[in-house]
Amino acid sequence: MAKAKFETPELSEFVDVPNIEEGAMAHSTCFVAKPEHQEPLNFPGERVEDWHDKAIEKMGDLLSRYRSFRVYLDSCVKCGSCTDKCHYFLGTKDPKNMPVGRQDLLRKVYRRYFTFAGKYFPKLVGAADLTEEVLDDWYSYFHQCSQCRRCSVFCPYGIDTAEISMAAREILASVGIGQKYCNEIIAKVYKIGNNLGLPGPALADTLEGLEEDVYDEDGVAVKYPLNVKGADILLVTPSADFFAEPHVDGLIGYGKVFHEAGVNWTLSTTASEAANFGMFIGSYENMRRISLRVREAALELGVKRIVFGECGHAWRVAYSFLNTLAGPFDFLDPDYPVPQHICEFTWNEIEKGTLELDKSENDDKTLTFHDSCNVARATRMGDTPGGQFDIPRNVIKAVCNNYHDMEWDTIHERTFCCGGGGGLLTDDLMEIRVKGALPRMTALQNVMNEKGVTHMAAICAICKSQFTKVLPYYGMDMYQIVSVHQLVSDAIVLNRKTPPEEAPGYGEDDDD
Amino acid sequence: MSTVYALLFIVATIVLVLGLARKIVQYAKTPAPLKIPTTPAPVTQTGVVMRMFREVVFFESLFKSTKWTWIFSWMFHMGLFVVLARHVRYFVDPVPLPIALIQPFGIYAGFAMVAGLGGLFLRRIFVDRVRYISAPSDYLMLLLLIFIGFSGLMMTFLIHTDVVMVKQFFGGLFTLSGGELPMDFALIMHLTLVAVLMIILPFSKLLHIPGIFFSPSRNQVDNSREKRHLASWAKKLEES
Ligand code: HEM
Ligand code: HEM
Ligand code: SF4
Ligand code: SF4
Repeated sequence: MAKAKFETPELSEFVDVPNIEEGAMAHSTCFVAKPEHQEPLNFPGERVEDWHDKAIEKMGDLLSRYRSFRVYLDSCVKCGSCTDKCHYFLGTKDPKNMPVGRQDLLRKVYRRYFTFAGKYFPKLVGAADLTEEVLDDWYSYFHQCSQCRRCSVFCPYGIDTAEISMAAREILASVGIGQKYCNEIIAKVYKIGNNLGLPGPALADTLEGLEEDVYDEDGVAVKYPLNVKGADILLVTPSADFFAEPHVDGLIGYGKVFHEAGVNWTLSTTASEAANFGMFIGSYENMRRISLRVREAALELGVKRIVFGECGHAWRVAYSFLNTLAGPFDFLDPDYPVPQHICEFTWNEIEKGTLELDKSENDDKTLTFHDSCNVARATRMGDTPGGQFDIPRNVIKAVCNNYHDMEWDTIHERTFCCGGGGGLLTDDLMEIRVKGALPRMTALQNVMNEKGVTHMAAICAICKSQFTKVLPYYGMDMYQIVSVHQLVSDAIVLNRKTPPEEAPGYGEDDDD
Repeated sequence: MSTVYALLFIVATIVLVLGLARKIVQYAKTPAPLKIPTTPAPVTQTGVVMRMFREVVFFESLFKSTKWTWIFSWMFHMGLFVVLARHVRYFVDPVPLPIALIQPFGIYAGFAMVAGLGGLFLRRIFVDRVRYISAPSDYLMLLLLIFIGFSGLMMTFLIHTDVVMVKQFFGGLFTLSGGELPMDFALIMHLTLVAVLMIILPFSKLLHIPGIFFSPSRNQVDNSREKRHLASWAKKLEES
């Protein structure tokens, strides 16, 4: 594919709702999955001969299995409430990136084949046949949706375009037109165990390296254990945490918190990945298969609790779906929710007073917090609604002196997606990723100018990777994005000293 | 002529009732396999009932989104609600007290309804985003309602019709004993359009009426960690 040239939108003080520009992003597409990415997921390797009939058949199947899909396709009154709520529309002006515009790509086909009005009066109700062009539009525009659910907040019926995108992607994959990025990754999870294709021994090496780093810096033997049978806590974290910046600093932080809390914890090679791209492609079966590894790991190691690391959609699958997909978890300690978020764990310890925190360690920074869409609009932390907003902020404020929120209509449930969620975090979709980041970049720039914010913290592997890539497009620095537990890691005072024989490499011959 | 209208209303009622019932059964029978409430969401069933109440009565989400659409929409729907409540007097005898009490205010509700519809219509024409997503049926639906309201208001304020006769006609429909309709232009137009509305309701976007109550992002309790949620077809996956 030719490298598309595009202009980065210019930042101004407000994101104006643009006039529509038809076809502005029609050229956007992404690599199609090859047979070796499709087949392990139980999808046909290539586009099937009778794709038309198969697609309609699949749509009928989904209509009978998902109430959301059926009700959302029927209920939209075209009120327009959602039209200016999607960051991809705001950044591209393409009306097919308005949530309802996106839904209509599928709805018009639904009406044509499944409703009385669409069968007999297609022109009147805007129904249309499923043609090659419509199929291309689906592939293009349903891969310009990060399934962030912002539209669903503002729709009077809660119509969630994410559900429609997931259904569309499942229909596409089931006729052999899957997306390479997602499906290749899922295939890797099945084969090797995580998105990055990091095999067990490499993982063990990496963790040993981390132990050495922390020991060198702090002189305390904080452990990053792997596959420890009988540990209390199984930590499941996105594989980006194992080496990419700033993710890995977060992982170092989790380890220090566990260390100071004095709990026994472990990672597992069976579940060395928190991400679950099965959700992005809308496939219950694949999502379930990926989720079951967490159950398997928990049983294998005999742990009592499961804690998830910083990752947005992973937390959605964990918090909202894990019990459904891989439960019941009656073999775990009933005193703790299953699963828990690392921020819940850390905040709990802070409240108990087990952690000594030196906020001044972070005085070189002024922080703001980016609510990741899946955490904000599809999950919870703690016992009360909205805990997903308060708990990460509480943690940040407990470890930093300088904190300011971004504008009220860009945070909490109104947060704007980073632009790279929902299976779009791939270089072939760079243009939509950069343009979709516009609202978030605007809010960040404003809070930098007005409050002197220097860094933005996030609790999502995708957000962190996306911002690392996209910040420079907007003239900012890629290191401005940090992990929440990186801040914790910097502030935490390690009081539980360890005996020298626990130090990494103790007793081995040292040449230097 | 009255017989034609008698038949028309019998057919329209059957279509409306059976059509809606079919849809409601279909929605109720289709499983929602995953917990997808838009959060922050209530953590109790009572909380969900309150959330739904706020959505249905105040259009909470729409209010958060665009104030203009909200104002027009709320005027229209609340006007409609009062107008329909006022209409109950044509169909039941004796007229229940609450219905009798709203009669004086009710007259103005008709204006609110038509004004709201007018605002929504203008928005559909003038906001390019809304124009883009509108099919002919979206304009026609508004026009249909505007004409119903308009013809109704004509009867209330300009050319009065014989309300007693109308009442007898509809009373007669229930008992199938027949009755005569006054043949006024406004009334005939009003009733014809109402019949059309009743017939298209189960096949159009007016399915938002049952739809909102079945929307998983609004009607689910946020308790996925505490309570396992499993759809029937998903259970079968576990057994295999
Ligand atoms: C449970 C009761 C109802 C609720 C909660 C409800 C809610 C809504 C909401 C929130 C909108 C979107 C805003 C707008 O565009 O106006 C809407 C639109 C609409 N509603 Fe309702 N509604 C209800 C009943 C009805 C009934 C009984 C009718 C008519 C017979 C109706 C006709 C319409 C029409 C035509 C629109 C589209 C307006 C437009 O084109 O902009 N609704 N409704
Ligand atoms: C079978 C059903 C209906 C019958 C028999 C009917 C009959 C009437 C009559 C006789 C009037 C004149 C009232 C008067 O002179 O005081 C009227 C007024 C009106 N009707 Fe209807 N109507 C029906 C359905 C509807 C529906 C479904 C709507 C709205 C969508 C509607 C909207 C209005 C309005 C806005 C007025 C004027 C305000 C008022 O008097 O309340 N009608 N209707
Ligand atoms: S889910 Fe998010 S990305 Fe998708 S249409 Fe809605 S607002 Fe846009
Ligand atoms: S807000 Fe909801 S009902 Fe209104 S146009 Fe968007 S999807 Fe349709």
